[in-house]
Amino acid sequence: MKRQVLFLVALIIVVGTLWGGLSRIHQFGDPGAAPMDDYYLHNAQAERSANNIVTSIVFDYRGFDTLGEAAVLFTAVCSVLVVFRKGGHN
Amino acid sequence: MYSLSVIVRTICDVFAWFLAVFGVYVIIHGHLTPGGGFQGGAVVATLFAFLLVAYGGKKFIPFYKSNLFSWFETVGLLLFIGTGLVGLGTTFFYNFLAGQGGLFGSTVPIGPNSGVLNSSGTIALMNMAVGVEVIGGLSLILYYMFKGIRLYEESGSEETGHDR
Amino acid sequence: MIGNLPYLVVGIIFLLGLYAVLFEKNLIKIAIGVSLIEASANLLLIVLGYRTGGSIPVFTLAGKVGKMVLPVPQALTLTAIVIGLATSALMLSLIMMLYKHYGTLDVREIRRLRG
Repeated sequence: MKRQVLFLVALIIVVGTLWGGLSRIHQFGDPGAAPMDDYYLHNAQAERSANNIVTSIVFDYRGFDTLGEAAVLFTAVCSVLVVFRKGGHN
Repeated sequence: MYSLSVIVRTICDVFAWFLAVFGVYVIIHGHLTPGGGFQGGAVVATLFAFLLVAYGGKKFIPFYKSNLFSWFETVGLLLFIGTGLVGLGTTFFYNFLAGQGGLFGSTVPIGPNSGVLNSSGTIALMNMAVGVEVIGGLSLILYYMFKGIRLYEESGSEETGHDR
Repeated sequence: MIGNLPYLVVGIIFLLGLYAVLFEKNLIKIAIGVSLIEASANLLLIVLGYRTGGSIPVFTLAGKVGKMVLPVPQALTLTAIVIGLATSALMLSLIMMLYKHYGTLDVREIRRLRG
């Protein structure tokens, strides 16, 4: 019983914060002023000479992020190999 | 997993080539069209799922060279980090090839244009490196998870197809 | 209100995923719930960066360029998708090993710490 009451309180907090956050958010389709994104849109072609702005952000402006992502993928593959290795467990 | 009928296998033989070519296209045109290394690598890794479903594990496991694809994964990641390290004279991940002429060094006209393949400097190189890494990684995950399913089966049981 | 329908969709997908994670007893369904929460986070990022009437941020054969949607949320979503894929693969592998050890996927029965 006590557990269920605690659970109900936690659920109300989670849903309340989610609703509060989503109700204060900006209108859909109107993100307002975005100087960083506008800088990328206007200057990325001249600076990095790539037509695809998303790719030039992923691999150049924020390449360090992508390095972490590639490392995460590598780690996941290694973990799957370790889980299914021959003659483990048993 | 059993191999499917001869109709499915024939269609698979034809369309596997289209999948491979389309995936490689998405990888090497990553700086021009929507897509890039991850997406193209995922498309090429789908090819292995396709082959696995059509031909069954008995033919796929000898066909798939897991050592080769581990090398793909390692070489892709090392090439990616290496390309980032070469630009270390300025900053990490500096685009030292863009606009210099030569390999991937053409400049593009500002605004909408029809695309220059030989442009964007290290972005194209990193697309290829990440593409190679994702091809290796996803197909290795697929292969080992399939072998994990086979752990449940008795070791002596023979696979039987529909028509062989 | 009807203009903000995408945010409502994000909230509904998130709550569905939360329900699956909290109340389902089958491990595969819990994995599906985690994937739903990931999908809602990705959708929220994309929806946050949309400009009405904007085109994709790619200049190849773009025609007449008016507004473009924000590129940084799209780049971060790309990262999040790949990481979600890696975690899904690892999660499903661990579930396969759990099934091999216990012979069941019910979380109420997987309680013993057996070697």
